[in-house]
Amino acid sequence: MKSEPVLEATDIVKELGQGAGKVRALKGVSLSLMPGELTLLMGPSGSGKTTLLSILGCILAPSAGSVTLAGQRVDGLDPEALAGVRRRNIGFIFQSYNLFPTLTALENVRLALDVRGMSAAETVIRAETALREVGLGHRLQSYPRNMSGGEQQRVAVARALAGDPAVILADEPTAALDSENGHQVMALLARIAKEKGRAVLAVTHDPRTHSYADRIVRIEDGLISGEERRVETGENITRYDLTRKRKANG
Amino acid sequence: MILTLAIKNLFHDRIRLAVTLVGILFSVVLVSVQLGLYYGARKMIVAMVDNANADLWVTAYGAKSFEEGGVLLNQKDRHAALSVPGVASAVPLYVHFSEWRKPGGGSTSTIIVGFNPEDDGLRPWGLIAGDESSIAEPGGVAVDRTYLNDLGIIGIGDTAQIDFGRVRVTAITEGIRSFTMSPFVFTTLNRARALQNQPSDAFSYLLVKLAPGTDMARARTVLAERLGNREVLTKSEFRDRSLQQWLFSTGAGVALIGGALLGLLVGTVIVAQTLYSSTKDHLTEFATLRALGSSAGYIHRVILTQAAFSAIIGYCLGMAIALAITTLSEATALPLLMTPWLAAGLFAITIGMCAVSAISAILKVTKIDPAMVFSR
Ligand SMILES: Nc1ncnc2c1ncn2[C@@H]1O[C@H](COP(=O)(O)OP(=O)(O)OP(=O)(O)O)[C@@H](O)[C@H]1O
Ligand SMILES: [Mg+2]
Repeated sequence: MKSEPVLEATDIVKELGQGAGKVRALKGVSLSLMPGELTLLMGPSGSGKTTLLSILGCILAPSAGSVTLAGQRVDGLDPEALAGVRRRNIGFIFQSYNLFPTLTALENVRLALDVRGMSAAETVIRAETALREVGLGHRLQSYPRNMSGGEQQRVAVARALAGDPAVILADEPTAALDSENGHQVMALLARIAKEKGRAVLAVTHDPRTHSYADRIVRIEDGLISGEERRVETGENITRYDLTRKRKANG
Repeated sequence: MILTLAIKNLFHDRIRLAVTLVGILFSVVLVSVQLGLYYGARKMIVAMVDNANADLWVTAYGAKSFEEGGVLLNQKDRHAALSVPGVASAVPLYVHFSEWRKPGGGSTSTIIVGFNPEDDGLRPWGLIAGDESSIAEPGGVAVDRTYLNDLGIIGIGDTAQIDFGRVRVTAITEGIRSFTMSPFVFTTLNRARALQNQPSDAFSYLLVKLAPGTDMARARTVLAERLGNREVLTKSEFRDRSLQQWLFSTGAGVALIGGALLGLLVGTVIVAQTLYSSTKDHLTEFATLRALGSSAGYIHRVILTQAAFSAIIGYCLGMAIALAITTLSEATALPLLMTPWLAAGLFAITIGMCAVSAISAILKVTKIDPAMVFSR
């Protein structure tokens, strides 16, 4: 699959905090996401994974560097314009699901569509379709508090999917799930990337998630430290090609 | 979805919703009682001037209100007025405080209103017992039902003493209230003078009617010239004077409006406080909404919808109580006024109050950082 990257970040620097507490969380990171690929972003705690995800997701603006999403430069846009970019292009999945506790599964998904200005009737159709896709067609009217963690995360996946974004970003989507649910959610993300030709990036600590990845990017101390790509061999064995992209150290 | 989210957010914490609604309800009741009293008082104060058939009022110089015109005019003034071109009629009216001695002992202050039954000036209205002509009978007076108790009488036929003479109740009205709390007692012009030992040609006001097509401003100027030391007022000027005197010089109106403002302030503070704390509790949700790409306006609409929804429910509850109080007040000496316009105005005020209350919550979400959605 040789296609254009849908999301491309180049030489991203991000400083967080102020004054004495100022931290250089990202020190010049470049990363592209391809349609149809599930990329895992791995690295130790504090290495800058969430910060990078936030910048890729147009939630944080980089201190330096450029972000191009679907052909449009998005760094330097004001918060309202960034919200518009997120609305049109990006689906988010969070570690703690971030569902609205007062809304049903269906309403949670519809809300993300309503934000996009869709008609009520269309939000219902799309939300139902998305929930069926994640295997929750029978839980439309359930409230988050009555669902298991795995089910809640699948609602969140449906919410991210429903708007048909080009990019889906997930921050530790399996961290709060048991093994079986974790596998289910990862399989779902891999399928979403494959079937819909979306670029999916998941931040993870979790070694169980490796087998689902098309590509694993490692980050350490605000710098990309390596990248591995899955290679399909004749025996259908999965292994990783250590095409390490060493970044010049400072 | 905005409405669904707003309502579900509100019902999520029922105690807070109850506090919000009680705050709005309290505010609506307080404001409508204060404004109801204010408008009720206005209506009462101007009732006499409104019910009199006059284009212009000739009063003693500096008359502060309908009740305080003194008895300073006389027949010379009437002749002078009638000599002015365009003046069709000039009807004398007698108004003065008087002392009513109850048949069972004790006394109370009243305002005697003397009129000529054959003139078309100011007559008692809303008669529920007796008729107007009975006032011409010996000692005949008309009083309002509201004050029968205050006057120490039960009904038609009862007698009392006013200043220097005896009177007998021959007619009873319904709805002629007095803002000064001194009941009006209608009687004939001559009896009013006699009761108070006034000269037989003295009176308080001239109710001037102009012939059709007369230029009022001109007639008024000429009247003022010919009458010298008298004032000539239009109906609306005389109303304003009475209002000024009773509502503002006495501070009563200011107190009522101040009370209404206080009600608004308390309501605003309560609603602002509950909306703010609700918004704080749902902050991660608003941040999630923002991360999902909602515009700031979308989130503001959620909060404003919460405010508006609370306002509507609170208003309905408050208005139900206010209407009950208004109904109960009808039989009292100080009835509240509630009109569709006042109710609509109160609704607008309630919505406005809740919108203002939403400001602090909106400022809070405006500062929201969608990055807080990632647990760190
Ligand atoms: N608001 C902030 N102000 C100052 N420093 C911050 C802020 N947010 C994050 N940091 C710092 O930036 C660095 C990168 O943080 P980030 O959350 O991206 O790491 P992470 O890889 O996601 O870690 P984890 O695996 O624990 O989630 C850390 O050193 C962190 O302490
Ligand atoms: Mg993180």
